[in-house]
Amino acid sequence: MSQSIALNVNGNAVAVSVDDPAMPLLYALRNDLALHGPRFGCGLGQCGACTVLLDGKAVRSCITPISSVANRRVVTLEGLGTPAEPHPLQQAFIEEQAAQCGYCINGMIMRAAALLAEKEKPSEAHIKAVLARNLCRCGTHQRIIRAIQRAASGM
Amino acid sequence: MFIAPASSRRDFLKSGALIVGFAILGLPSSGPAAATEPAKPLALDQVDSFLAINSDGTATIYSGKVELGTGVLTAITQIAAEELDLPLDRVNVIQGDTALTPDQGPTWGSLSIQVGGMQIRHAAATARQALLRMAAKKLGAKPDQLVIADGVIRPELGGAEVSYAELVGGKRFLLELDKKAPTKRPSAYSIVGRPIARLDIPGKVTGQFTYVQDVRMAGMVHGRVVRPSGVGASLESVDESSIKDIPGIVKIVREQNFLGVVAETEWAAIKASQQLKATWSNWEGLPDETKLWEWVRGSTIDKDLVTSNKGNVTDALSQAAKKLSATYDFTIHTHGSIGPSCAVAEITNGKLTCWTPSQDTHRLRPALANMLAMPVEDVRCIYVEGSGCYGRNGHEDATADAALMARAVGRPVRVQWMRGDEHGWDPKGPPTLIDLHGGLDASGNVTAWQSEFFIPNGDAGTVPLLAAKLAKLPYAALTSPGNITRDSDIPYGIANVRTTCHLLDRTPLRPSWIRTPGRMQNTFANESFMDELAAAAGADPLQFRLRYLDDPRGIELLRRLARLAGWETRPSPNRNAGSGDIATGRGLSYVKYELVRTYIGAVAEVEVDRKSGKIRVPRFFVVHDCGQIINPDGVRNQIEGNVIMTVSRTLFERVTFDRSRVTSLDWASYPILTFPDVPTVVSDLIDRPDEPPWGVGEPTGAVVPGAISNAVFDAVGARLRSVPFHPDKVKAALQPM
Ligand code: FES
Ligand code: FES
Repeated sequence: MSQSIALNVNGNAVAVSVDDPAMPLLYALRNDLALHGPRFGCGLGQCGACTVLLDGKAVRSCITPISSVANRRVVTLEGLGTPAEPHPLQQAFIEEQAAQCGYCINGMIMRAAALLAEKEKPSEAHIKAVLARNLCRCGTHQRIIRAIQRAASGM
Repeated sequence: MFIAPASSRRDFLKSGALIVGFAILGLPSSGPAAATEPAKPLALDQVDSFLAINSDGTATIYSGKVELGTGVLTAITQIAAEELDLPLDRVNVIQGDTALTPDQGPTWGSLSIQVGGMQIRHAAATARQALLRMAAKKLGAKPDQLVIADGVIRPELGGAEVSYAELVGGKRFLLELDKKAPTKRPSAYSIVGRPIARLDIPGKVTGQFTYVQDVRMAGMVHGRVVRPSGVGASLESVDESSIKDIPGIVKIVREQNFLGVVAETEWAAIKASQQLKATWSNWEGLPDETKLWEWVRGSTIDKDLVTSNKGNVTDALSQAAKKLSATYDFTIHTHGSIGPSCAVAEITNGKLTCWTPSQDTHRLRPALANMLAMPVEDVRCIYVEGSGCYGRNGHEDATADAALMARAVGRPVRVQWMRGDEHGWDPKGPPTLIDLHGGLDASGNVTAWQSEFFIPNGDAGTVPLLAAKLAKLPYAALTSPGNITRDSDIPYGIANVRTTCHLLDRTPLRPSWIRTPGRMQNTFANESFMDELAAAAGADPLQFRLRYLDDPRGIELLRRLARLAGWETRPSPNRNAGSGDIATGRGLSYVKYELVRTYIGAVAEVEVDRKSGKIRVPRFFVVHDCGQIINPDGVRNQIEGNVIMTVSRTLFERVTFDRSRVTSLDWASYPILTFPDVPTVVSDLIDRPDEPPWGVGEPTGAVVPGAISNAVFDAVGARLRSVPFHPDKVKAALQPM
């Protein structure tokens, strides 16, 4: 039996109809709500590509059942900013040219957004520790760190 | 699943582009492909194959080379804009569409700029000359009295002007590409050679970019594959009732050993693929992983390929005052893109269209036609960027999976591999075993160099499609590890040299090319062994290499590397490496890629924990000479990425398998480098604007493993000859003999 789950995504109240309340949030965001920011990488909580903010905290949407987010606030990469009006982190990633394929970048920015909300000026070592479970295969790490530091210094 | 948003669905659709089919399919609306005209040419000798001036004055470039995450799209735009004298934002590039783009070869081997970009440069230069001639006629001037700015041509001394759009907007050039058409002087460049910001990054960091994983079509359904329990296992039975509780199943697709499920929603397809009960025959044809190297050495040699032969190496070795021998090995690697392989396929009116992240749509097309017994004209492959692509990974296979399932259900099917499909079934970088022998004379000069490489027989080419193999449909049965004999020969002037590749009849897992294929493994052995010889001669590793180099660009590069890295001239090992648990060292490695192009030298700094055996690479220095640089920041980004990825491959990565199948099926069992272990990469670019541009994406990887191995030797006096350098191997190497 399908059921309707209400949630707030990027400031919009939405309802998603699901057959299985255990379905991870990621599929609702990508398929029902047509968002491109959160990405499927592993579906196992290992890589971070699917990260979104849930009530301000970074969570891995590939292992977050949709039923657990009912009536909560979800923010995706799209909810931070747009190419015309980017969020300071997005702007910093552009300025540092911090992407190669860019597939992991959603996770990097969303995790960093949660970090910067908690800690204004994290050290390089702190950033590295926080991102230790966010994987990047292209080797963009150095630029990602620089971009987060740049955003932190401008925010 | 059904969407019933409480508020503005429209906003979501606007930002998310639910259906992107047309946008990707779309011919440029103002382009030249009007219905009455013959099909757009694709031949490599026609200007119209590569570019068109549209009626709004913009240019469309048709590139057979595609953006794999390396920045090629931006670089190609720069090259075309420069040569056409158009601003960057008026040049648009269509990539890898078999109906629209010329076949410039696969996007591999660091040839996108060197070959593909230069074809586009020549096409643009030919077009530019034609435009000048047309303008001269129209304006009643001589072509050499005219100047061009932003797509407008006017006499240098003033007067009436004419735009590209007025001259050929929306029309064809109908012109043969002239490779001798004068190209712009590099001193006049204003776009090439500059660190232009990548065109794709704003969309990628805001969620506006459409990856292949984001492609959605009207009526589209979701497919997932169910792979055999063993590489060669046969499907014995499927219990269809095992998924009957899942709503929205469209079909279980079974063809011989190909098994997949198609469902209305992605989540239903995933659940069904995991829940479906299938029985497979027991298959245990893989070698014992613990005896992999014996197995490789015990393989039958199909043929020997002598890649260099000079002097008399046998005599020189027997006469050497000092002889060294060593065996190196390099394990099996997986591509490990962060996003798994994905594609969408649709068959309408007997014609197959695929939206695919394949690096080689022009060869995927006939392979799909062959598999489905369709005329090749009825297959179109359209490139859509996926997650970073470092070679022939699972993209082509996922496309074939989608095509097979689309045929079975008669609807567009999107197939995305799960993580375990990707780690388990993408084709692998094959294991490489290398024996080396060297001879020194009494004064420590190298007199002999002999090497033997044990690698699978095959070429760069086309890796058989998994779906075709499993479904027992036609495929070209090739072994394609990817030109892995390159860089088996050495860049040094040693009097007696023989380098031989033993091309073997077997390799455990389906092989393909992964970034720097063969060149990485071969250079690892060569540069580490060169270091062994230097140490045996008591020589400084950098000075030792300079003795055997007569190539001025190579010499300049090594001198600059010494300055960049603050190289201390002394032999290895380092007497002052530290007496505590942590020993520090530095190591050098050098290559001239394939002996004919890009030069790279690198110095790795390492910290070796004697107790745990763990290696860290805090800093990595690279000097890089690829001739003319199109985009210096793009080059640096590639160098950094390649260093970091290869440090990961060198220190951490190894595909594991049992007798049936791959067992390293996720990031826990196949760990890669993470942030805390990331080195700081310092690069120095040698720009030679008047030289041809050479490849950038691959070459740097070749020098990384050797530099680390040599740095570890410098730190602790132990040689690491087996990639990956896992702590247990380091500890074993540290044991006194
Ligand atoms: S996709 Fe969610 S952690 Fe990898
Ligand atoms: S930029 Fe490609 S995975 Fe990080």
